[in-house]
Amino acid sequence: MMNLDPTRKYFSLARFALGMLIVCPGAVSVNASVSKQKTVSLTNVSYDPTRELYEQYNDLFARYWKSKTGDQVSVQQSHGGSGKQSQAVIQGLEADVVTLALGYDIDAIASAGLTDPGWQKRLPNHSSPYTSTIVFLVRKGNPKHIKDWDDLVRPGVSVITANPKTGGGARWSYLAAWGAIYTKTHSNPEAFKYIKALYKNVPVLDSGARGSTITFVERKIGDVLLSWENEAYLAQDKLGKGEYEIVTPSISILAEPPVTVVDKVAASHGTTAVATEYLRYLYSRPAQELIAKNHYRPRDPKVAAAYKGSFKKIPLFTIDLFGGWTKAQKDHFADGGIFDQVLRSIR
Amino acid sequence: MSRVPARRKLATEDPIFAKVLLTVAAVIFLGLFLVAPLVAVFQGALANGVTAYLHAIRQPEAIQAIELTLTAAAFAVPLNLIFGLASSWAITKFEFPGKSILIALIELPVAVSPVISGLIFVLMFGTRGVLGPWLVAHNLKVIFAVPGIIMATTFVTFPFIAREVMPTMQSQGTEEEQAALSLGANGWQVFWKVTLPNVRWALIYGVILCNARAMGEFGAVSVVSAHIRGRTNTLPLYVELLYNDYDFVGAFAAASLLTFLALVTLVAKSVAAWWTERSVALY
Repeated sequence: MMNLDPTRKYFSLARFALGMLIVCPGAVSVNASVSKQKTVSLTNVSYDPTRELYEQYNDLFARYWKSKTGDQVSVQQSHGGSGKQSQAVIQGLEADVVTLALGYDIDAIASAGLTDPGWQKRLPNHSSPYTSTIVFLVRKGNPKHIKDWDDLVRPGVSVITANPKTGGGARWSYLAAWGAIYTKTHSNPEAFKYIKALYKNVPVLDSGARGSTITFVERKIGDVLLSWENEAYLAQDKLGKGEYEIVTPSISILAEPPVTVVDKVAASHGTTAVATEYLRYLYSRPAQELIAKNHYRPRDPKVAAAYKGSFKKIPLFTIDLFGGWTKAQKDHFADGGIFDQVLRSIR
Repeated sequence: MSRVPARRKLATEDPIFAKVLLTVAAVIFLGLFLVAPLVAVFQGALANGVTAYLHAIRQPEAIQAIELTLTAAAFAVPLNLIFGLASSWAITKFEFPGKSILIALIELPVAVSPVISGLIFVLMFGTRGVLGPWLVAHNLKVIFAVPGIIMATTFVTFPFIAREVMPTMQSQGTEEEQAALSLGANGWQVFWKVTLPNVRWALIYGVILCNARAMGEFGAVSVVSAHIRGRTNTLPLYVELLYNDYDFVGAFAAASLLTFLALVTLVAKSVAAWWTERSVALY
């Protein structure tokens, strides 16, 4: 009798194992039918102030992609100064898409052979689904009476902006300042003189736009922040209503932050189709609404008309004033360029 | 002329005001630079209540950051334990040419700014770097991925164990080892039965320092991480990211986790100290 028990146990174990063998394939097939809807993963390498926009847009796009294909898509974000992000992509950061602050930073990725040199023609509006401009953020009541570009170079006015060598917004700010003076005086030496006086009033050069905003808002340094329009609104909305005022200067620059698929990376990940659609969908009505709500200027004329009240209409010059990004970069921000001369003359 | 002998003070006796002044100064200093920030971290973390705090630390991105931080430490500490022991053993017990160069090299990671350390890795392992083409050809990802973070952490925490163990080994000299050898012990026996027990306290302390730095490292890791949310963020990077997102409760919640890890390390150190003392007393 005693030796029957172990046998029984053995049999029951065997039965259990057999049962598992029968059940398991079923379990596997159940799993398979669940995982039939794939999860696609995309990496979007972006510049600093787009954190909130893409957080919301990624949800919107995920819903759209699911309804269209049944697949899940999860988008991982990386944010930082635009120039720094571009360098990281060139050094091997595997971005399926880049959504940077300015065309030159994507040109650099293209010249590294990672994407098509003609990338800017692949999507409408120079591949920039939204635009913005540079405005001033001042403290409540505008105690230093900052109204326009001329006020920034007054002695005793402390200006916060990021380093144009690393930050995209900072480069737009620099060029906005230069252009504002140049369109008035048509003289490059005058503009140079102005830029010199302007950066003399800058106590800290952070590496990206978000760093400057934190310096201005959290560390309470400076009288005026040269800022992306969207970032200025965000700071106003999120970090103390009524504590800041936005001053729109009489003229500024049309900033066109472009987007593109990094062909080589997307091809190696097998994500070209979803990456392309991810960027194309930025031009759709719901995405443009989201863009406008996040204080970026939408491209869609109907959405733009609906949000007309949100954006001040001022004359905007484009990067063409500087002969395009390649020339602007070379003249102003390359090593030994005008910005280096400005810094050297201040120190 | 008879002079009244000046009242002799005991060498161990300080004037009362000096005692009070020193104690108060120490307490103020500690309070200002240690306790207040610690309280501020937890206060900031709990600013919107416990629910908000728990929500913040249960985010998948927060959990990933914790995992990656622990992973990096789990690689860096054992690697540096082996390296630290081996190098201190070699340096203190043997004479060989180039010894002083080796000592200097061990110190290098603390001498160089962590940001530079990170950049060196990018220049070595980035796709444009020295080993870049080879890595790409073999489809190996180092920079902007977990291996790069582990390597940067290991590099930065390189000297911590070696620098703790080396002086202890040096002060103990080689007599005991020589005695063991002359009694017929082999190399491994000498190492396990003589050398290791002698340096165990320094070793434990080194491991704890190394671990603390590995979990807290920011600069070098920041350069090689690219801050991809939910993938390449360690806790210190995650704190910065949330701070820059204007998510202050989240940032402080993540910082409180780091503080908690540091406290665990401190407790581990105290337990180790107590344990070693007890086992020494048993000898």
